[in-house]
Amino acid sequence: MTSAAPLARRVLRHGGYEAAAMLRNGEQLVLAVALPLLALAGLVATPLLDGFGPSRIDTAAPGVLALCVMSTAFTGQGIATGFDRRYGVLRFLSTTPLGRSGLVFGKAAAVAVVLALQVVLIGGAAVLMGWRPDLAGLPWAVLTFALGAAAFTALGLLVAGTLRPEATLAVTNLLWIVLAAAGGIILPATGLPAAVEPFVRILPSSALGDGLRAAFLEGSFHPLSCLILLGWAAAASAAAVRWFRWS
Amino acid sequence: MHHTAAALVIEGLTKDFGPVPSLDGRMVRVLDGVHLEAAMGSVTAILGANGAGKTTTLECAQGLQRPTAGTVRLLGENPHHASPRLRARVGVMLQDGGLPPSVKPMALLRHVASMYADPRPVDELAGRLGIDDFGGTAIRRLSGGQKQRLALACALIGRPEVLFLDEPSAGLDPQSRTIVFELIQELRAAGLAIILTTHLLDDAQKLADYVYIMEGGRTVAEGTVADLTAGAAPENFRELRFQTVPGLEIPPGLLPHLHRAEPEPGQYLVSGALTAGDFAALAQWWDAEGILPVSVTMAPRSLEDVFLDIAGRSIR
Repeated sequence: MTSAAPLARRVLRHGGYEAAAMLRNGEQLVLAVALPLLALAGLVATPLLDGFGPSRIDTAAPGVLALCVMSTAFTGQGIATGFDRRYGVLRFLSTTPLGRSGLVFGKAAAVAVVLALQVVLIGGAAVLMGWRPDLAGLPWAVLTFALGAAAFTALGLLVAGTLRPEATLAVTNLLWIVLAAAGGIILPATGLPAAVEPFVRILPSSALGDGLRAAFLEGSFHPLSCLILLGWAAAASAAAVRWFRWS
Repeated sequence: MHHTAAALVIEGLTKDFGPVPSLDGRMVRVLDGVHLEAAMGSVTAILGANGAGKTTTLECAQGLQRPTAGTVRLLGENPHHASPRLRARVGVMLQDGGLPPSVKPMALLRHVASMYADPRPVDELAGRLGIDDFGGTAIRRLSGGQKQRLALACALIGRPEVLFLDEPSAGLDPQSRTIVFELIQELRAAGLAIILTTHLLDDAQKLADYVYIMEGGRTVAEGTVADLTAGAAPENFRELRFQTVPGLEIPPGLLPHLHRAEPEPGQYLVSGALTAGDFAALAQWWDAEGILPVSVTMAPRSLEDVFLDIAGRSIR
């Protein structure tokens, strides 16, 4: 009798397939590699982050890694999922042994693979530019990074599963720009006008930036950031389960 | 109908969509009590005009839609939230293909194959369906027929026992159509249950062992093609078509017991219980009018007549 490949193999195969698709896409590469490298160079060359940390690169690098999470998990993955939905790819794949849950886990695995590559590339470039992260904070950084990836993946799926793909493209790109500029991800929320600071602080972008800066700059755990990210991940996942439309 | 081995059993299937804002938030009933059974080793065709509910019926059978009421049993299981084990036994070809435009055909086929423990050899299937000819071209550049063949390959790669094909001949060129039809007949001989939808009467007539006619969200007639076309019609039911100048009035006194129509300008249709005498009377009238038709054809009752009788409208 015909049977399915084992679950782990299905998810890993699909993760690899989606990751390859992301890396083949030129726009995606610009978003994933070129823009973070430019941001890193720009932040080191300008005095924007002066006063927030011991050196420009030490303050900039955690924020740029947080930016990578937002581009890959939210914008890139959201747009790809939106178009897969439009073309019926989600419906077709969900009739194969991969199924709906396999599709979602596969997408999460693809996000993880691309993020790992980004950390190596962007983190490596930052080290070459003089970044000296506090390695005592590494476990906390990994935890915060993973929670941020979960929150932004769930948010990307929520947008992709409820809006038309063109709208997903517009919304995720616009949010990426707005959050990158004023979402507390690169420039800490404390550097923003006092009227908006409390609102920005509860955004997943700010929580991810703050959590990574606390870990890499001071080697310390920032529990509030993790709680905020966990809250966003839980709320967005629940909303996606409730409202995601497969066709 | 009674099958020895039912692959799919649908009873009282109802599906509502909505609420629809343009209808003041009311629900729309798309399926209204569909009954259908499909056997292993046979081709079951769901025939109907656009909007009759064919695709929604298939989607409920595939587990892509949750029925509002009624039951669906696919290989004895509920297909909604089906286990990977059940999904591995069922191949699906969607109406729009569900193919990612930026991926290459062979890469997609290999990927889909990797979801199964014991898939068909990819190269063999690709060769059979002529996919290797365009295996390295991005899917977005393929013709409609090439995409259909790829979608069929994706549905077959896991060696399914049940195969769903939604409008399999849509967009197929004559050559692809021959390849696909031969394959469908071969799969039936191998014991698969094949369930397909079509709005092409010719497809149903050529392929189907058993036909369900859908209209307005219901299965309104069923049977083998022979059963359906014989129906209540007399043995000598014929469709006589002739082509000549448009706008002729067939005199009311001529062949009053037959149905007369001019479905297209210059194309005349006379149907009913026809005798050789009727044919002679018609020829006499042609002679009196000085008409020599360009073509004259006579055929028994077709599925199209059945459909017209039942649905009260043409399928197209």
